[in-house]
Amino acid sequence: MQHLIDICDLSVAEIDRLIEKSNDIIKHRENYSEKCKGKKLAALFFEPSTRTRLSFEAAMLELGGSVIGFSEANSSSAAKGESVSDTIRTVGCYADIIAMRHPKEGAPLVASMKSSVPIINAGDGGHNHPTQTLADLLTIKREKGRLNDLTVGFCGDLKFGRTVHSLITALSRQNNIRLILISPQELKIPEYMKQEVIERFGMPYEETDSLEKAIPNLDVLYMTRVQRERFFKEADYIRLKDSYILNLSKLAHAKADLSILHPLPRVNEISVEVDDDPRACYFKQVLNGKYIRMALILKLLGVE
Amino acid sequence: MNIDSIKNGIVIDHIKAGKSMELYHYLNLENLNCSVAIIKNVVSKKMGRKDIIKIDEDIHLNLDVLGYVDPDTTVNIIKDGVRIEKRHPELPMQLVNVIKCKNPRCITTTEQEIAQIFKLTDRKNRVYRCIYCESKAKTSKE
Ligand SMILES: [Zn+2]
Repeated sequence: MQHLIDICDLSVAEIDRLIEKSNDIIKHRENYSEKCKGKKLAALFFEPSTRTRLSFEAAMLELGGSVIGFSEANSSSAAKGESVSDTIRTVGCYADIIAMRHPKEGAPLVASMKSSVPIINAGDGGHNHPTQTLADLLTIKREKGRLNDLTVGFCGDLKFGRTVHSLITALSRQNNIRLILISPQELKIPEYMKQEVIERFGMPYEETDSLEKAIPNLDVLYMTRVQRERFFKEADYIRLKDSYILNLSKLAHAKADLSILHPLPRVNEISVEVDDDPRACYFKQVLNGKYIRMALILKLLGVE
Repeated sequence: MNIDSIKNGIVIDHIKAGKSMELYHYLNLENLNCSVAIIKNVVSKKMGRKDIIKIDEDIHLNLDVLGYVDPDTTVNIIKDGVRIEKRHPELPMQLVNVIKCKNPRCITTTEQEIAQIFKLTDRKNRVYRCIYCESKAKTSKE
């Protein structure tokens, strides 16, 4: 039985097959509408995340399966102090597969050690969120036609942004990926990411605090939210926030075939005026997230 | 207990000077019924100064703990006053219930009866990480 806790639980070949499968689902939706008939997904959301939960639920429903679960810990046994291990053993009696979100880092790993059915990590605190990374990879593959030989810019909060760390880790297994890391000094990528991933796998990279300077070289731009609460001083936040907002005037210097990604939700880091630009891919990314979750559910359930 | 000679027991030698109390703690030696001697700051030809721990009983020693705290130690097993075995601990691949994760956001802080497991992720720099949240454990070098 296979689980997905960390993006590295999947080999590069497995990710390629998930991407192929997603593309086939997109092309032949009708072939998949009954693939999971009679199967149940349990969506266990110990903390609320409406968009991720809806994505999993929509994915299972489109495969003909059904969904049970809860959307916040208050309404669940966790509120009564039940351990993750016990909750999982109980739910395993009812469901064929579990998508789990939990505020504590490592909770899905604990679940997978005790579970009789496959566990999908739907986000554990600030730690991992592998299905977001799968959505990112599918989007890059569909937009660029490849996952190698790309200059990828990451912009915004590179310090706490788990989606950034996870996508960089996934890309480190591809050939010829060049990184441009765009962030304020306060939110630079952590040293361990540099040492244990970027430098270890020999990825060429540069760090800059200027989105304007970096943008002409990029094939992919991954935007993230710069959160007010990450700054000690309100003044620093005010001073910096506008430098990391993508608008049409900054975009004027970008390549014609740039792909702009964002894990969403956004606040103001991408101006709404960019939404109609053909280079904006973040809403397609949401849709891709549903398709690759469908592919993942099929894989983990062993349905061809 | 005669500090110089043990009849049956264990002598942990070549402990880095000053490290013996830390080892005593990690090895849970305070829970033993037999006598334990900690000898600090012994002059050593090889190391300048070293610590030694003598345990007056042949207990099961967790070599992983030794490997983690001070991999340069030597473990001598004494029987009938003679050294019958000499062991060198290695840097363990995994530490189970030796150290605790310090990350307040880690599941180990709330989940009952869960094993504290750390994996060696960087042999050169002796980095161990919690398998649940991937936080780095403080190495004994620090
Ligand atoms: Zn931990």
